[in-house]
Amino acid sequence: MADIIGCVGTSHIPAIGGAIHKGLQQEPYWKPFFDGYVPVHQWLEQNRPDVVVLFYNDHGLNFFLDKMPTFAVGAATQYSNADEGWGIPTLAPLRGEPDLSWQIISTLIEKEFDVVTCQEMLVDHACTLPLKLLWPEGACPVTVVPVCINTVQFPLPKASRVYALGRAVGEAIAVWDSSKKVAVIASGGLSHQLDGERAGFINKAFDLQFMESLVSNPEWATQFSIHTLVEKSGTQGVELLMWLAMRAALTAGDGAGVRKVHSNYHIPISNTATGLLALEKVMA
Amino acid sequence: MPVKTAEPPIFGTTPFDGEQAKKGYALNKMCFSFNSAENRAAFVADEEVYMRRYQLTETQAAAIRARNVLQLIAAGGNAYYLAKFAGIFGLDMQDIGAQQTGLSKEAFKARLVAAGQ
Repeated sequence: MADIIGCVGTSHIPAIGGAIHKGLQQEPYWKPFFDGYVPVHQWLEQNRPDVVVLFYNDHGLNFFLDKMPTFAVGAATQYSNADEGWGIPTLAPLRGEPDLSWQIISTLIEKEFDVVTCQEMLVDHACTLPLKLLWPEGACPVTVVPVCINTVQFPLPKASRVYALGRAVGEAIAVWDSSKKVAVIASGGLSHQLDGERAGFINKAFDLQFMESLVSNPEWATQFSIHTLVEKSGTQGVELLMWLAMRAALTAGDGAGVRKVHSNYHIPISNTATGLLALEKVMA
Repeated sequence: MPVKTAEPPIFGTTPFDGEQAKKGYALNKMCFSFNSAENRAAFVADEEVYMRRYQLTETQAAAIRARNVLQLIAAGGNAYYLAKFAGIFGLDMQDIGAQQTGLSKEAFKARLVAAGQ
């Protein structure tokens, strides 16, 4: 049976891609953001996951409004990145883990999450940047199962439903017949809003409370409606749904406890409050 | 009409719901096409021809000509797709934010920094 080692939630602002490309990590603007990743690099180096299940939201690279799945699971052997239209460099393709993809798909359908399955799937900066942030040097050492959650078109899935989905993904990993080590990543948030007269909205108090809840009280954010989450975290801050799914995945299988490895929170990168949270699963 | 629960509006915020998605379909489809460098070049070469190809409404076309983000949102534009349109002109999210809030870019950036204090 596969072993979940822990999870990492991280922001995925496109500008990060430009900063990495230009080598700006130690510039004053970027340093407080990039330096946050160093302790997580050390933890990953010590624990060396083989596979990552990555909760993310597509920003109009793979999915358009003609067909917009609420939940989509990648089942490809390889996922290509591509031109997203705003000039960030295209990164190398990611290697898939189809065996785990189909375990997740089977478990989710069994648990009545009727997901879309994708044997071809372009992945955008929300998939590529977290992996580049976590493994900045050389080729990405992990295989990936991307799980896309719609945050483009309302109605979005409820926070409680996303939590249940994440838990079911955790159960799928726990029953996967493999000796591989799995980490779960959430890509998105934290509070930000790009559109409307409220553009630039950031809510530090809410973000910090949300991050703390993931350590000690993971279901806390499921009390909120999507409308309330938008009000508290912004129209794009609602990407915190990914973090909720990630954390829920760690509540499945043996041992329900977590230990905080590291967290970082920095305002602003672009228009966004950035968050980073690494949790290690502990056998309670 | 679909049944909607009564939720108080959030200032300066337009949830991209079914109504917006329906109204903005042509506009968003055009912006989605800007994932391709070839399509971006075709738009720059003749944006009127390009907008007709995607059958934008007159309101949408006027908002595109004006490069006005709030008008584009009112015409059904979605932030994620509109960002690809903005990218053609090399505008970043602080340019977009400044335009929508009526602030200078420097004032908009200062507001972001202040949110972290």
